[in-house]
Amino acid sequence: MKKLLILSGKGGTGKTTTAAAFVKFANAVAIADCDVDAPNLHIVTKMNDEPINMDFYGSDKASIDTDKCSGCGKCYEKCRFDAIISKGDRYTVNEFACEGCAVCSLVCPQNAVKMTEDKAGELTLYAGKKVFSTAKLKMGRGNSGKLVSEVKGLMQQATKLTQLKQEKESVAIIDGSPGIGCPVIASISGVDMALIVTEPSLSGLSDLMRIVKTASILQTRVAVCINRYDQAPKKAEMIQKFCEDYDIPFVGKIPYDKQASIAINKGISLADISCEATSALKKVFDATMKLLELE
Amino acid sequence: MKIAVLSGKGGTGKTFVSVNLAVVAKNSTYIDCDVEEPNGRLFLKPEDLTSTAVNVKVPSFDVDKCVGCKKCVDFCRFNAIAFIKDKPKLFMGVCHSCGGCAIACPSMAIMETDRQVGEVQKGRYKGVTVVTGVMNTGEESGIPVIKGALKQGLDENEITVIDCPPGSACSVMESVEKSDFCVLVAELTAFGLHNFIMVYELVTLLNKPLCAVINKENGDYPEFNEYCKQHNIPIFLSVPYSEELALIGADAKIAVEHDTKCQEMFKDLLEKIAYEVKGAGKR
Repeated sequence: MKKLLILSGKGGTGKTTTAAAFVKFANAVAIADCDVDAPNLHIVTKMNDEPINMDFYGSDKASIDTDKCSGCGKCYEKCRFDAIISKGDRYTVNEFACEGCAVCSLVCPQNAVKMTEDKAGELTLYAGKKVFSTAKLKMGRGNSGKLVSEVKGLMQQATKLTQLKQEKESVAIIDGSPGIGCPVIASISGVDMALIVTEPSLSGLSDLMRIVKTASILQTRVAVCINRYDQAPKKAEMIQKFCEDYDIPFVGKIPYDKQASIAINKGISLADISCEATSALKKVFDATMKLLELE
Repeated sequence: MKIAVLSGKGGTGKTFVSVNLAVVAKNSTYIDCDVEEPNGRLFLKPEDLTSTAVNVKVPSFDVDKCVGCKKCVDFCRFNAIAFIKDKPKLFMGVCHSCGGCAIACPSMAIMETDRQVGEVQKGRYKGVTVVTGVMNTGEESGIPVIKGALKQGLDENEITVIDCPPGSACSVMESVEKSDFCVLVAELTAFGLHNFIMVYELVTLLNKPLCAVINKENGDYPEFNEYCKQHNIPIFLSVPYSEELALIGADAKIAVEHDTKCQEMFKDLLEKIAYEVKGAGKR
């Protein structure tokens, strides 16, 4: 099975809208939402089966036993993440800043610091006729990269276990997150290609360059499409030119279509309706599958 | 007065709101904490730029002093150190720069050296001090760069606008923590509402006063208004979708300088926020 990841660099360009339509076009049996700190794919990719929910544990969190604490302040001094709060000679831990490195417990002469497990999110897996793996990071938590890897891992394991058809010509659709940091880097590893959905603006272009560079550092193939290209046709041309100059496969452009947000608000994907954006997106899909050699 | 602008969902218009707020405030500071994809600088085109490197500490090993006790390996919670052919080796990508290995080492064989992960750019656009955090591509964590940007810009002017990253993870928390007021930018879609709720919960958890701003309003999504009503969230501004505004944004132009209506809207938003912040102080 081939794996296609949808990315964008800039947020709000239409990753999830594209991913949801691709799921339908491809009749995908393996789906994952790796945008763990703002997951949305489940809103338009409804599953009928009962999901399996699992807790996700990130890094441990430190806590200080105030009875044992002598107020020496060594933990405060050594913490690199400003996670120890001092009020006079009383010290507490800011759970949001704590990265779980345990330096505080290492330097505490009173053995007053305890490291405890921390539930940092929840994984949800649907494994019926189709596998859909998604997750939600608890707010303000780190470790999103680790959670993304678990989301992808679960999708793969469940696809194997349920013995779904895994012919070479099938494709798994993975929705990614904006940006270029840890969740993106975690989602990119092991995919066959990343389709970057961008928008015709200077911000879109700047972010596109940064995500293309990140993907090339990670040696991952990319293709580019432009969403809402008609909002600024000149900027769309500029982006297309950038792709030509850097030999990045350009797989098409999609017009602004009010029907898109109407469909999403009804909880359906663009593939379920028929409008201008649907047919443009289908062309993008076909061109992408061709690049993946899945015609 | 420190105003954090956030959204959960990407592309709702955080940078649009932040930049225009900073410009109508006249003497202000704009801090771009969306260090993975910083775009405020495209709009504000700051002049007289200076740049400061953002470094983190990483361990380096003195193999002559190392006795092979592996205390560093045992201590590291991120599995960033392994012994390969009896020598310690660092996996840079997973190192959190906590400094614990150097403390744990009994033979003083670990030194820490600087590694650059990004930069903070500082410049000016008219009366606005523009501070931009830029994370290097290929890096995992933007937190050190966010900290660097906040440190350089937070106390310079009366009014500071913090442009936050999308999502609701640690990087957002870091950007919001020092603010006095939060502006939650939303778009009227099912996706927009779902992510709006996530950041609303985050901001409430931090006990920050807040308001909602609707951007690209184009048709109804009553569920959003209902949610705001139920939770007593004031909607301070609603910017209607227009092709002109979309084009101004695509060209990275500053809307309040091209559209008088927009200018009034943002002046009004700033006044409302200032009133809330002062009011909260009195209460």
